[in-house]
Amino acid sequence: MRKVYTRPRLLKRVPFHYCPGCGHSVVHRVMTELIDEMNLGDRIIGIPPPGCSVFAYHYFDVDMAESAHGRGAAVATGIKRAFPEAIVFTYQGDGDLAAIGTAETIHAANRGERITAIFINNAVYGMTGGQMAPTTLSDQVTTTTPYGRDTKIEGYPIRMSEIVALIRGAVYIERTAVNSPANIRKTKKAIRKAFQAQIDDLGFSLVEILSPCPTNWRMTPLESWQWIDKVMTKEFPLGVIKDITGKNDAD
Amino acid sequence: MSGNSTIGEAAIRAGCQCYFGYPITPQNELTEYMAAHLGRKKGCSFIQAESEIAAINMVYGASLVGARAMTSSSSPGISLKQEGISYLAACELPAVIVNMSRGGPGLGSISASQSDYFQATRGGGHGDYRTIVLAPSSGQELADLTHRAFDLADKYQIPVIILGDGMLGQMMEPVEFKHEAPEELPIRGNALRGAKGRPSRIIKTFTSKPTELEEINWSLFRRYQLIRKEETAFETFLVEDAKLIVVAFGIAARIAKGAIKNARTNGMRVGMLRPVTLWPFPSEKVKELAKRTRHFLVFEMNMGQMIEDVQLALEGKGEVSFYGRPGGVIPTPSEVLRVVSRLYHQKGLESGK
Amino acid sequence: MLIKTIFAGFGGQGVMSMGLNLAQAAMLEGKNVTYLPSYGAEVRGGTANCTVAVSDEEIASPVASSPDFIIAMNQPSLVRFQNQIQSGGVLFINSSLIEAEISRGDIDIVRVPANSIAEKLGSPRSANMVMMGAFTKKSNIVSVSSVIEGLKSALKDKQKLIAINEKALMAGYDLL
Ligand SMILES: Cc1ncc(C[n+]2csc(CCOP(=O)(O)OP(=O)(O)O)c2C)c(N)n1
Ligand code: SF4
Ligand SMILES: [Mg+2]
Repeated sequence: MRKVYTRPRLLKRVPFHYCPGCGHSVVHRVMTELIDEMNLGDRIIGIPPPGCSVFAYHYFDVDMAESAHGRGAAVATGIKRAFPEAIVFTYQGDGDLAAIGTAETIHAANRGERITAIFINNAVYGMTGGQMAPTTLSDQVTTTTPYGRDTKIEGYPIRMSEIVALIRGAVYIERTAVNSPANIRKTKKAIRKAFQAQIDDLGFSLVEILSPCPTNWRMTPLESWQWIDKVMTKEFPLGVIKDITGKNDAD
Repeated sequence: MSGNSTIGEAAIRAGCQCYFGYPITPQNELTEYMAAHLGRKKGCSFIQAESEIAAINMVYGASLVGARAMTSSSSPGISLKQEGISYLAACELPAVIVNMSRGGPGLGSISASQSDYFQATRGGGHGDYRTIVLAPSSGQELADLTHRAFDLADKYQIPVIILGDGMLGQMMEPVEFKHEAPEELPIRGNALRGAKGRPSRIIKTFTSKPTELEEINWSLFRRYQLIRKEETAFETFLVEDAKLIVVAFGIAARIAKGAIKNARTNGMRVGMLRPVTLWPFPSEKVKELAKRTRHFLVFEMNMGQMIEDVQLALEGKGEVSFYGRPGGVIPTPSEVLRVVSRLYHQKGLESGK
Repeated sequence: MLIKTIFAGFGGQGVMSMGLNLAQAAMLEGKNVTYLPSYGAEVRGGTANCTVAVSDEEIASPVASSPDFIIAMNQPSLVRFQNQIQSGGVLFINSSLIEAEISRGDIDIVRVPANSIAEKLGSPRSANMVMMGAFTKKSNIVSVSSVIEGLKSALKDKQKLIAINEKALMAGYDLL
């Protein structure tokens, strides 16, 4: 019999603490698979700041270090500057990357740091209990927008990838989702390209991943997959947002 | 009502007009309470800021124009606010800052802890300043001290810190609110409201003349002396005949009280001093108690921070022991009782009169 | 008198509202009470619990390291809490969802098929109230009428919900 599905070698044998249907688990799986395939396991360093994924180091069997909230890009910069052989990624939530860490992210991108940001956009602050994130959609109800996000008061959902794309040091930016097998495959491919840009010493790369948070969206896992399709992608369209790596799509 | 919501309700009833915060466990219920109850209130404003640094600076702005303003966070976020608190102190601006603290250092744990005592009572940020620090130990006190915090902040034009912890924030207890929200508060006389009908006004800290800054420091210091004299608050429990006095604050004091009651039924003469203001610290009271009682046990949920204030107050005139659990571990009353009994016997306190 | 109870189960099983219900009832009876929910990352992965302390005197610590009563609504809660319960304490098990044998002989065990009773009553979501009824009777911390009063104030004027919950509560209460 042919084995079609196996546990990625770099995914530790411990049960996830994530809620059922959470996108973090899927991205972890995809990334550990990819890191192994690209043979990066022994020189990759991951930085998961606070967020539901702060414990990512329990699952990734690679070197990882925690950073303060929002400071991932700065910490990754330090690592990369001191140890350029490393492949460095941050694994940040939308609160982390697009609110408290906006400055760090923008300036790391502007310096063209050879690091990769994995940006999990679930439109809420998951870990702290479902408060408004900068990416929360208009009218979306969260625990700090109990009447729905009113753009006149709370501003608009921020399109961080598009903003970072304007920065010259950023070389590869793509938005994907993990709400269907096809989209999950695309996510893997996008992260591969982002890592490749770093390996090729080209500049800053970022992959934004629309990721379900059934718990705080108060939906079933299936409903949350559909919500990404029907609602979230209207605000955050999927696709390559910037690619100046000069590499053509291999397939 | 959870402790966090209690603070929110008490703040609104104290006339708090502006709340700016950033999510962090274990104080989120407070931010959420303000989003639901202050956000749509006339003349009031709620913002979920992009960071704690932003939040405290928003408070600074609101205070500049005379509003009663508050922010809240937990330990890592309070570290970020220190710069802003220093500016508030320097500009003599009132503000209320809530720290529902958690285990540290670093990201630490979200469990209740008292490891921010030093940070809270020594100013916390850069420069030569103090803030009033209130340490509630029950749901009712969360309500009462929140109200007091706004009044003290206005009275002395100073930032006031409410130092709670994760457990106080999460716990629900019956609470009675003693005030109704005021219709309208008078605008503070020195607020920036535009120079209509008066000369323009500057609020700033920077100066090129050291002597000018020295004068500011002196004037702050004189006010701090006044606060020391007028506002020091504490609770004593069974200290009159005590041979051993436990000194504890906040949630730890509550746990200690349970242990002391049991110690009393076992015939041990143990009492308690609970500072309600951590700054100003009730040093005079410690000194006075030391005239009758020689032995003090400082009990904290950290590695020993308030103990330094007790030792300073005693000036070597008593014997101080320490028991602490850091990291967010919550000691039980029976654990504290064991410590108390051991110490009581070690020091031979059961013998004699 | 100081009595501590831990309610534990899946998120969505209503364990937090059981705890609140007891706290509310105790408050109505003029007792001292604290309610401490589990929170933060602890709640991820779908389990929830809360601790209620009821006493005639001031409550020193709201934490229960060796509770008098534990209500386990699902298997993981049983595994997590069964060793904490005080010798002589009572363990309430939702036998609709828990099959495991209990290894301790020094505690009283009350098995309540909460889900199947609730289903029979036509309101599968009120399994927590069935358990609450059994707990109220056996624990004798508060009277069943206070629990009902508490329910009414929590559910405000949702008459239909109150009726359903009350029926489930009494079904559990009459079980023992
Ligand atoms: C200085 C500081 N402020 C606040 C927090 C609390 N905190 C932890 S994670 C988080 C945000 C989580 O949201 P996001 O980054 O979107 O990640 P998610 O959990 O949704 O994956 C916050 C505010 C903190 N750890 N440090
Ligand atoms: S709260 Fe949301 S983001 Fe966090 S683990 Fe649960 S589903 Fe995932
Ligand atoms: Mg998020």
